[in-house]
Amino acid sequence: MTEPAAHPAARTSGGGYIGAPIPRREDARLLTGRGTFVDDLEMPGVAHAAMVRSPHAHARVRRIGTAAALALPGVLAVVTAADIADIQKPWPARMPSPVPGTLVRHGARHTLPPDKVRHAGEVVAAVVAESRALAEDACDLVTVDYDVLPVVASPAAALAPGAALVYEELGDNIAAHIVQRVGQPERAFAAADHTLRETFRVMRGGSHSMEGRGVVARYDQALDAFTVWDATQAPHAIRAMLAYLFDLPDHRVRVIAPPDIGGGLGPKASFYPEEALVCWLARRLRRPVKWIEDRLEHFVSAGQEREQVHTVEIAFSRDGTLLALRDVFTHDIGMYGALVAPVITACTVPGPYRIPNIHSELRAVYTNLPPTSAVRGAGRPQGVLVMERMMDRMAEALGLDAAEVRTRNLIPADAFPYPVGLWFRDGAPLTYDSGNYPELLRQALARADYAQARREQAGLRAQGRYRGIGVAICVEGVGLGPFEGAILRLDRRGRVVVTSGAPPQGQGYQTTFAQIAADAVGVRYEDVDVVTGDTDAIPYGVGSFASRVTANAGPAILEAGGVLREKILAVAAHLLEAAPADLEIVGAAVRVRGLPDRGVPLAQVAHLGNAGVAFGMIMPGGLPVGLEASAYFTPSQAGYSASAHVCILDVDPDTGEVAIVRYVVGHDCGNVINPLIVEGQILGGVAHGLSNALYEEAFYDEEGQNLARSFLDYPLPSAREMPRVEMFHLTTPSPINPLGVKGAGEAGTLPVPAAVAGAVEDALRPLGVRVTRLPLNPARISDLIHGA
Amino acid sequence: MTEARDIALTVNGQPRRARVEVRTTLVDLLRDTFRLTGTHVGCEHGVCGACTVLVDGEAVRGCLLLAVQAEGRRVETVEGLAPDPAHLNALQAEFVRHHGVQCGFCTGGILMSLTAALRDNPRPREPEIRDTLAGHLCRCTGYQGMVDAVLALVASGAPAPGPDAGSAP
Repeated sequence: MTEPAAHPAARTSGGGYIGAPIPRREDARLLTGRGTFVDDLEMPGVAHAAMVRSPHAHARVRRIGTAAALALPGVLAVVTAADIADIQKPWPARMPSPVPGTLVRHGARHTLPPDKVRHAGEVVAAVVAESRALAEDACDLVTVDYDVLPVVASPAAALAPGAALVYEELGDNIAAHIVQRVGQPERAFAAADHTLRETFRVMRGGSHSMEGRGVVARYDQALDAFTVWDATQAPHAIRAMLAYLFDLPDHRVRVIAPPDIGGGLGPKASFYPEEALVCWLARRLRRPVKWIEDRLEHFVSAGQEREQVHTVEIAFSRDGTLLALRDVFTHDIGMYGALVAPVITACTVPGPYRIPNIHSELRAVYTNLPPTSAVRGAGRPQGVLVMERMMDRMAEALGLDAAEVRTRNLIPADAFPYPVGLWFRDGAPLTYDSGNYPELLRQALARADYAQARREQAGLRAQGRYRGIGVAICVEGVGLGPFEGAILRLDRRGRVVVTSGAPPQGQGYQTTFAQIAADAVGVRYEDVDVVTGDTDAIPYGVGSFASRVTANAGPAILEAGGVLREKILAVAAHLLEAAPADLEIVGAAVRVRGLPDRGVPLAQVAHLGNAGVAFGMIMPGGLPVGLEASAYFTPSQAGYSASAHVCILDVDPDTGEVAIVRYVVGHDCGNVINPLIVEGQILGGVAHGLSNALYEEAFYDEEGQNLARSFLDYPLPSAREMPRVEMFHLTTPSPINPLGVKGAGEAGTLPVPAAVAGAVEDALRPLGVRVTRLPLNPARISDLIHGA
Repeated sequence: MTEARDIALTVNGQPRRARVEVRTTLVDLLRDTFRLTGTHVGCEHGVCGACTVLVDGEAVRGCLLLAVQAEGRRVETVEGLAPDPAHLNALQAEFVRHHGVQCGFCTGGILMSLTAALRDNPRPREPEIRDTLAGHLCRCTGYQGMVDAVLALVASGAPAPGPDAGSAP
């Protein structure tokens, strides 16, 4: 019955917290059932909302009948598009194209569809009642008359001549057409010894954070102001949308992402109709209103990702040198979404290889499927799959080892910064900041006993057994800007309080931010508190996505911490009648170096610095007033992490089952703030990748109906399916921020589909099986075997 | 549909009474009426396991059991495992050491399944631990930290999770 021992470093104030595997301070409350998830917060008088959702993927809404629902005892309100006219503005365009000279074409979306629904599951009305159960009862009593329209349920259908239009005003269903070119790909293809071409399809899928979306809003009439508790990855962006829709200044919309959010994984970085509706209803009812997404709603309305079809060609010389890449792909953007994922895909394809000639062509296409967002990996796993599958094919074509062809084409360690020649999602050139891909791959192969594994494979193959080895290596754009900020202050108790904008969804910012702040200010780790995700606590923030927070908020905390330390020492110097340069912070006090009996508690320093002498009526001249410092860090560009995975597996040709024998992960995210947390991020990412590679599969019929809407139909892996992952780190610090950090939140996911696909194709090579589509569940593997 | 009944049950060793609609699930009773919010609702169809609590010592899905079915039963939730966050039990402490928690949403249910399993078998091997965890979905951790936490608990020889709170005097 004891608190786990803290890391030894946590007992000194001599720094060294950065890089230490300090157990998380978040854990104790979560392990004792005292977490602060949005549905757990005390909200006296709260009313409960439920949504009426369209059963049709594309239909005109003729009439909505609400009388029967309103007549149900306990129902407080039923609202439709006509009722919320004051906030029915077209949502602002999300993301411009980061590629100069190209456009993103945005259709106009509204909180409730004023004319037609564009996906099955779109909200057409909202009901508020005294309980969620009553609100759902009332939803069943709302009658909606639809004129059903033809549905485009795939990019292929949406691009066909005469296809129904998701947004009539655009004239077609193309959201973006972006071509990026490096060198002279046509000439390279024409002159090459060899070319290979293949088409790969990647499925749509969901994030399935274990907590769905959720929001509670309270409106104060006297202040004309909202307070919104939202399980969001991006509270400042939510504030901006709500302030726009309600025509309020930012300071009258306070969005708080609770300290605990039950996973995010991408979709919670988007804005959704429910967030606006709950606010509108709270204002109308003068009561707090809560809406909690259930799993079915998550399946049909939360952001999804990954559906792409790539036709890729490579040109290479007979010695296995890559000469050119041509990747033409469509991306299903659903009825609404940002261009984030496909632009990242395009930039992830070239990966760690020197490719002098590239033609990359992306068509993002609107369909009558649910909206898209990022899902852990955000376009990257698709890009890795495409490139790594082709590297496997090149190896096969040349009779070379799969690891050897990769090694021959890796960007050398002395070639950084390395410009790929494309534009990345952040609008900056795709230039790798640092890395050592040959060493990363070499170590991954060594850890996996690769040569021995190949010998064993040969022996098993001779016995008619199907063992495969997959190798995948990738580069991952992380730490995207534009900025994250930090405010550090010394509070009344002499504790350092760190405030930053982006909220965590399990990444442990309360721990890692405290580690950075403790080192920056020079105080003890346990004397630092961390506040995140409150728009009233820090004016600006961006959010938790794109593996970006440590590389943005971290340097901001470091810089503000240095300034706060100077202010603390200046005030302490006055109290101690000593020069700041002679002072040090030891424990919870400032002392004169070499004179252990001359010191002053930090709480006393805070009192003078923040309140003045005695009862606050006098402030000695020349002292810094307010022991507070803020900083915003703006990276010049993204950083680039790297991963190398080796997957060894057996395929049972009778059942189609895959058994993973070994899974080795090599990872380089630059300097590591807390290895315990980084390894946890990688492990979770690998699980997500294996889930995509082997299990998860969405099924949409031609009417745009999601046919896999439960965890029975859409399986996620449990502990029984997960192999034990062997992991190592390589550290090439990033030169673009003072901490030398990159990002790790999504890394584990990226190479897994490619490594598994490569291993399965390798295992079944004697049967001539070609893997071009995931997931590789038993049914699909059986189909591959019997179709081969 | 909205018929209500009075029920009496024991929750974490405390006798509790409530008037509930017959359609109310056990997890909604625990969360909404008793304000024991450490048990979470992740799927409402009995797969994810976030809502797992113990009823008469057996791990059950709080979303698949009606509150009225808990009449006269002993219910244990994650809040009953430790008196407060400063005094974790041995299993909880190993979860901290081995980073078995990330977002923490699924954690309460997982601890309850492990608690029941460890009472039955205080020295499980890794496959058995994975079998117990297989009743739960976690999207953050990949489960490895949880497995390692239980293996460490077993290796430490620390006593298994405390006795069934309902059987305490």
